[in-house]
Amino acid sequence: MNLTGEAYWLPVIFTGLMGLALLIYAMLDGYDLGVGILLPADAEPQRDTMIASIGPFWDANETWLVLGVGLLLIAFPSAHGLILYHFYLPVTAMLGGLIMRGVAFDFRAKAPADHKELWDRIFKFGSLLATLAQGYMLGMFVMGFEETPAAFAFAGLSAICVTAGYSFIGAAWLVMKTEGELQQRAARWARISMWFMAFGIIAVSAVNPLMNHNIFEKWFGSPWTLLLLIIPAVCIVTFMMVERYLSKFPYEDDFGCGIPFIGAVIIFVLCFFALGYSFFPYIVLGEMDIWEAASAPASLWFILYGVMIVLPAILAYTAFSYRVFWGKATELRYY
Amino acid sequence: MELDTFLLSRIQFAANISFHILFPTITIALCWFLLFFRVQYNRSNDEVWMRCYRFWVKVFALSFAVGVVSGLVMSFQFGTNWPGYMETVGNIAGPLLGYEVLTAFFLEATFLGIMLFGINRVSARVHTFATLLVAIGTSLSAFWILALNSWMQTPTGFEMRDGVAYPLDWLKIIINPSMPYRFTHMMLASGLTAAFLIAGISAYRILKGDHKPAPRRALKAGVFAAAILIPIQIFVGDMHGLNTLKHQPAKIAAMEAIWETGSRVPLVLFAVPDQIQKKNLFAVEVPDLASLILTHNVEGELKGLNEFGDEHPPVAPLFYGFRLMVGMGMLMLIVSWTASVLLWRRKELPPLMLRLLVAMSFSGWIATLAGWYVTEIGRQPYLVTGVLKTADAVTSVPTGNVVISLSIYLTLYVVLLIAYVRTLFVMARKSVLVDRPDELPTLQDHHNPVHGK
Ligand code: HDD
Ligand code: HEM
Ligand code: HEM
Repeated sequence: MNLTGEAYWLPVIFTGLMGLALLIYAMLDGYDLGVGILLPADAEPQRDTMIASIGPFWDANETWLVLGVGLLLIAFPSAHGLILYHFYLPVTAMLGGLIMRGVAFDFRAKAPADHKELWDRIFKFGSLLATLAQGYMLGMFVMGFEETPAAFAFAGLSAICVTAGYSFIGAAWLVMKTEGELQQRAARWARISMWFMAFGIIAVSAVNPLMNHNIFEKWFGSPWTLLLLIIPAVCIVTFMMVERYLSKFPYEDDFGCGIPFIGAVIIFVLCFFALGYSFFPYIVLGEMDIWEAASAPASLWFILYGVMIVLPAILAYTAFSYRVFWGKATELRYY
Repeated sequence: MELDTFLLSRIQFAANISFHILFPTITIALCWFLLFFRVQYNRSNDEVWMRCYRFWVKVFALSFAVGVVSGLVMSFQFGTNWPGYMETVGNIAGPLLGYEVLTAFFLEATFLGIMLFGINRVSARVHTFATLLVAIGTSLSAFWILALNSWMQTPTGFEMRDGVAYPLDWLKIIINPSMPYRFTHMMLASGLTAAFLIAGISAYRILKGDHKPAPRRALKAGVFAAAILIPIQIFVGDMHGLNTLKHQPAKIAAMEAIWETGSRVPLVLFAVPDQIQKKNLFAVEVPDLASLILTHNVEGELKGLNEFGDEHPPVAPLFYGFRLMVGMGMLMLIVSWTASVLLWRRKELPPLMLRLLVAMSFSGWIATLAGWYVTEIGRQPYLVTGVLKTADAVTSVPTGNVVISLSIYLTLYVVLLIAYVRTLFVMARKSVLVDRPDELPTLQDHHNPVHGK
């Protein structure tokens, strides 16, 4: 295929936008799913604070998923059908989980008092289910939807890894947004889940190039190899700094409470970039590339104008909302 | 009929969208009510308005949450169950859905946080503004999705190349022939749904012995809003029907159970349409009236189902669905006007009227669902009129998978629906008890002094 002009670069732009939406989703909904996974069974006031810390944000966070899937659908309709065909059941599980946690969040505060604990359990279960399903799908996607035992094992590993990753960023969020006993607990959670996540990332990065020759070539056969190795290097340095910070927790005057969260963001971005680099330009590994899957340029243009105008506005008011709720989480009240 | 992937997917789609629409219909208009309460408070500094706001913002939050998660399911439905839909009309449907996400979902989701939890963190002005933006966001959602849905009913502004639709004129696609009617009718439906919900729950609080002025004021707002909106809705509904007659005559023939083309067509008030014998049993008719309503002329000719061969939608669900909706509309008219007159004259409603309002709390849901079933089933066998048949869009996933997903969704929805309705009444009962002591006596309270205090 010989593509030039808009037929070449419009799909590339949309791949970038879709990647951006999914990355932002993974970080933002990642922390609130993580907080849900971490809900402790033994301390109701802590649960209240934890949920208060994500209260104003979770809905907007989830909207990035709608945007990501929306962009897939808008820009690559045939890939959209193909991918969701393979993911029929895991998507159902994920949606089931997201439904449970989304509503439990509101019902817990409004239902009769003796039901609150039940809704909290539903919240935790839903968060875990949605996360596992997302991790599983990531794994299957990386394996190009193969249906072999090795692929299923890999997807299982990926599910655990993503769960650890979300728990880590969730715990890091809590270190930043809470204080006192809960904060110290969160620091412990962060440390444990970070180790799990690190193990998972290493396993994935080892298995991936070994199982797929193209990806191996891309990483180790290119003149850029040295430059590319900056990615794992920065990852390791970030990891060690966060580990060191957490091992000495707590500090006076809440020193550096944002460090773990920033560390988590850096690690998420780098992993995402590495994954994207391995995949490009495929949208379904080995089966369909982004140009084969793209929709009509006229439609892409129509939506691109919109994106260029609206996306900066979205980012601006998202920033505004984080500024309004800056600082430690307080009790959730509608008044 | 065989329970295959196709039929199950249709049931699943219908279940998901029916569940989803229940909550947007409430939130779209409820948010404008909240803005009204908020602005009234800003202007008068009267605490009672703030109490109305505080109670209903909780209902809003709950409804919104259920709306969001069920909407999430909707956005995956097209890909999981109807891949043929996106492959054929994705060039048109995709951007419209995309604009909904970009312009509406982010706006409402972000400012919702500030609206719900930010009241002490931002100034009154910013908070009012956030409420306004959420209201605009929900209405914009409705605009985009109804543009798409109307385009599926009456597609224009595109051309087909190799079996795929390509956009030619976006303005024609968005403002397609049925769009203005459908959008107006839906917004009014939402207004009525919210108005009757507010009136019903407030009436319930008063019946449960709530002597505070807030439920009385909310009741008034709900009843008066309903009384104003319902005649407009009936008028717009009539226009909507005329528009449909022009663009989808088979649908109207099925709604009115007109089997043979002719003039001086009677209006069938009630009947049992029989699709096999192609006639109505037990019909109760008013001579000439259908011609008069639909063509505004007694001699007017109406096309019957005989014109369309087998390409017409099933008659019974359309016929009954339409009567259910119009019947609800008439009931709303009678109830809201009677209640308004009583409120006007006596300032208080008698218990019987209050009970009637409680019973009507969810009447908007019934009318809205009935209306949508008429609209959507009336488009069958097409998914996009004249362009794509429903049967050609369905996925090839194994039937077993659809059985699993459908059972999961149905279970969740039934549980959630029960929990939602119960929680509304629990909240109403709770608020009868709370903040009674610090409530200031007002005019209304003189009619109904607080007992035992
Ligand atoms: C509170 C809700 C409500 C009430 C009281 C009414 N409707 Fe309605 N109706 C709707 C809510 C609705 C709806 C849910 O919004 C629908 C479904 C799709 C649409 O466009 O609007 C609808 C569809 C719909 C259609 C189908 C049009 C089509 O799809 O082609 C017609 C002809 C009418 N309505 C006419 C009426 C009339 C004559 C009414 C007089 C009482 C009426 N409606 C009351
Ligand atoms: C919100 C209120 C809505 C309700 C209650 C509703 C209800 C229904 C029902 C009952 C069917 C099944 C018809 C049949 O099988 O005979 C259906 C089909 C469908 N509707 Fe809607 N609908 C709504 C809005 C929409 C909107 C806004 C869209 C698109 C943007 C849409 C797209 C579809 C599609 C793709 C189908 C195909 C599946 C099928 O035909 O079974 N619907 N809907
Ligand atoms: C097939 C059709 C539909 C799809 C794919 C869809 C998708 C969605 C999604 C993904 C959300 C969540 C947005 C968020 O994260 O904040 C949502 C919410 C919403 N939808 Fe739908 N929707 C459909 C039909 C409708 C219809 C027919 C209406 C109204 C006429 C509607 C009005 C809304 C509104 C107002 C919200 C905001 C949440 C709420 O108020 O409950 N949608 N929808």
